[in-house]
Amino acid sequence: MPTVIKIENLSKKYVISHQRQEPYLALRDVLAENVRRFGGRLSRVITGKKASGRPSREEIWALKDVSCEIKQGERVGIIGRNGAGKSTLLKVLSRITEPTSGRVSIRGNAASLLEIGTGFHPELTGRENIYLNGAILGMKKADIKRKFDEIVAFAETEKFLDTPVKRYSSGMHLRLAFAVAAHLEPAILIVDEVLAVGDAQFQKKCLGKMQKIGSDGRTVLFVSHNMQAIRNICSRAILLNKGEVVSDEATETTISHYTRFLQEIEVNSETGVNNELVRRGSGAIRFTSVELQDADGNKRFSFEMGDIVRFKISYRIFREMKGLIVHIALCSGITRENVTSVRHLVTPDKLAAGVKGTLIVEFKDIYIRPGEYPVYLLLCDADMTSASKDVLDDLAAPLVITAGGKKIYDNFDPSRPEGYFSLPSQIVLNEIEGENIVNAYSKKEE
Amino acid sequence: MAQQELIIEAGKTERHYWKDILRFRELFFFLSWRDILVRYKQTAIGIAWSLLRPILTMAVFTVIFGRLAKLPSDGAPYPILVFAAMLPWQFFANSLGESSMSLTANANLISKVYFPRIIIPASAVIVSVVDFLLSFLILSALMVWYGFFPDWRIMALPLFILMAFMASFGIGLWATSLNVKYRDFRYIIPFVVQFGLYISPVGFSSSIVPEKWRLLYSLNPMVGVIDGFRWAILRGESRIYWPGFALSAILIIVILLSGIRYFRKTERTFADII
Repeated sequence: MPTVIKIENLSKKYVISHQRQEPYLALRDVLAENVRRFGGRLSRVITGKKASGRPSREEIWALKDVSCEIKQGERVGIIGRNGAGKSTLLKVLSRITEPTSGRVSIRGNAASLLEIGTGFHPELTGRENIYLNGAILGMKKADIKRKFDEIVAFAETEKFLDTPVKRYSSGMHLRLAFAVAAHLEPAILIVDEVLAVGDAQFQKKCLGKMQKIGSDGRTVLFVSHNMQAIRNICSRAILLNKGEVVSDEATETTISHYTRFLQEIEVNSETGVNNELVRRGSGAIRFTSVELQDADGNKRFSFEMGDIVRFKISYRIFREMKGLIVHIALCSGITRENVTSVRHLVTPDKLAAGVKGTLIVEFKDIYIRPGEYPVYLLLCDADMTSASKDVLDDLAAPLVITAGGKKIYDNFDPSRPEGYFSLPSQIVLNEIEGENIVNAYSKKEE
Repeated sequence: MAQQELIIEAGKTERHYWKDILRFRELFFFLSWRDILVRYKQTAIGIAWSLLRPILTMAVFTVIFGRLAKLPSDGAPYPILVFAAMLPWQFFANSLGESSMSLTANANLISKVYFPRIIIPASAVIVSVVDFLLSFLILSALMVWYGFFPDWRIMALPLFILMAFMASFGIGLWATSLNVKYRDFRYIIPFVVQFGLYISPVGFSSSIVPEKWRLLYSLNPMVGVIDGFRWAILRGESRIYWPGFALSAILIIVILLSGIRYFRKTERTFADII
């Protein structure tokens, strides 16, 4: 098979300024800064002092010397923690942002799907949005016309075709958006975590469509946190960490690298608490550290079924809060829906700025099926107002449950993972009536 | 299979740029079509507003400059004198406003999909063409009302429309790329537009400007455009000051070319900072 994507020593640098609070550059700030700098230089000239360091800029290599080749028809998954450079890689491949150095060559027409429903306009009708979105994704008008009925059927929105999209339910909106995207037919498809949205039903539909695209012999590049989806779709996976390729092997091998790798990292770093990408708090309260521990207080990420899992959470309050609630949810690694969640009132008291605290929440006898479970953590005030909260969306490492050697109950078979829980069960009534029942243990008598 | 090889390298994304624009022309049409639809949809006041605004402005200017200040009207009815200038001015002001905000308004497109970015400000300017055509209808009605009809010079009008287009697109390109980088740049545009209305010869004829200042006055590129419009529409009664017109035309070309250059230079970083 010929190579369709060739990436050679690709690097991408971002310069991040730490000094500013605002996300955007403002002209007045630039002017003010220039005046200040000029004043500073002037005063240095006069006083003869040396310039003081201004540590306001930091360079971040989102991609560092990435090289790989992808052959026609290959389905490659890209995995890694938040901020590992996965999305940056896709953005460079889809020409949204340019690399700092290195080279990529792509043969054949490529389409990227970094988001579904890009460019949907709420005032326009479903019909109009199909055309608009199709054009944005790079489809020709004639192609859209040809596939129009198919798209509408897939989205199940026939009745609402001439209704403005703003009147759609969020589910309909998603279905329509995905339907357009699913009817792209490029030779190379570049997909970012589009499955991270929508309900479980919808995500299954998306996954099915993705699998079909893969089996059509098209080249697929797929970024996901969802290991199950990667397993289902991809034959090969690339693990990125801090912009570098750590592993580029068969899917299972790379995933096992990733799991081991996560556990190693967690020993010396803090679970994403410092990672701005996964948190969206209001600033009134902040997680200062989060640890997963076993019953003896050892830091761990991987647990066996039936183990005790402890979440040790430290926080600090920056603005006065009325009471404190902690909310912990374990999500499905596949669909991201909550598998289970708990909520505890930590205290109903008023907490002033500067208060610090630590608490441990214990899950006893965890009966979740073996797998990876991203963790969602929330701290907020007793009234659950969003004005004072801190959220950790995905701990950098998911909670990993393994089958272990424990026999939790008779007939327990961890290799048959259906559903999320393993509830101990047994047959308590067993009546079989009728004739011609052959005893399984007494056959082959004749 | 038509196998086209695409090379992505630092500082080299532009090789197929103009070819890409051709390839993405459908997207350009769709974006213009979207903006026009959204603008006139649902809002019954949408069309009425684009008719009402120039009429009211014209009425005010006619009263203030024509009746109260008694400025010369170059032999044409004063409302027509004003409206002949309102046409390019409104077009310029609208398209500058639309295009300068266009990139930031389409930030999600820019950070998620590739296409030549210049399509966005260009399609924003196209939207103002619809308003321009509506205003043109008003002008025709006015001319019928006053019984004042243009002569052969009207044939030159498309040339001046092109000039107005180039002027607003050129400045729009500068404004919208600066706006991506400096978010407070957008406060400057409305000021420029408002200020421009008074320093451009919209409410009065540029013939009242003393001869020795006219070249300096033509540093405002819209002076050339407006003079051109008046010349074409008012049967040449309003004479063009050719050195000034040439200066305006050159300035417009310089602004447009430098705008495209600056846009091209900065567009590669749009997705990173938008």
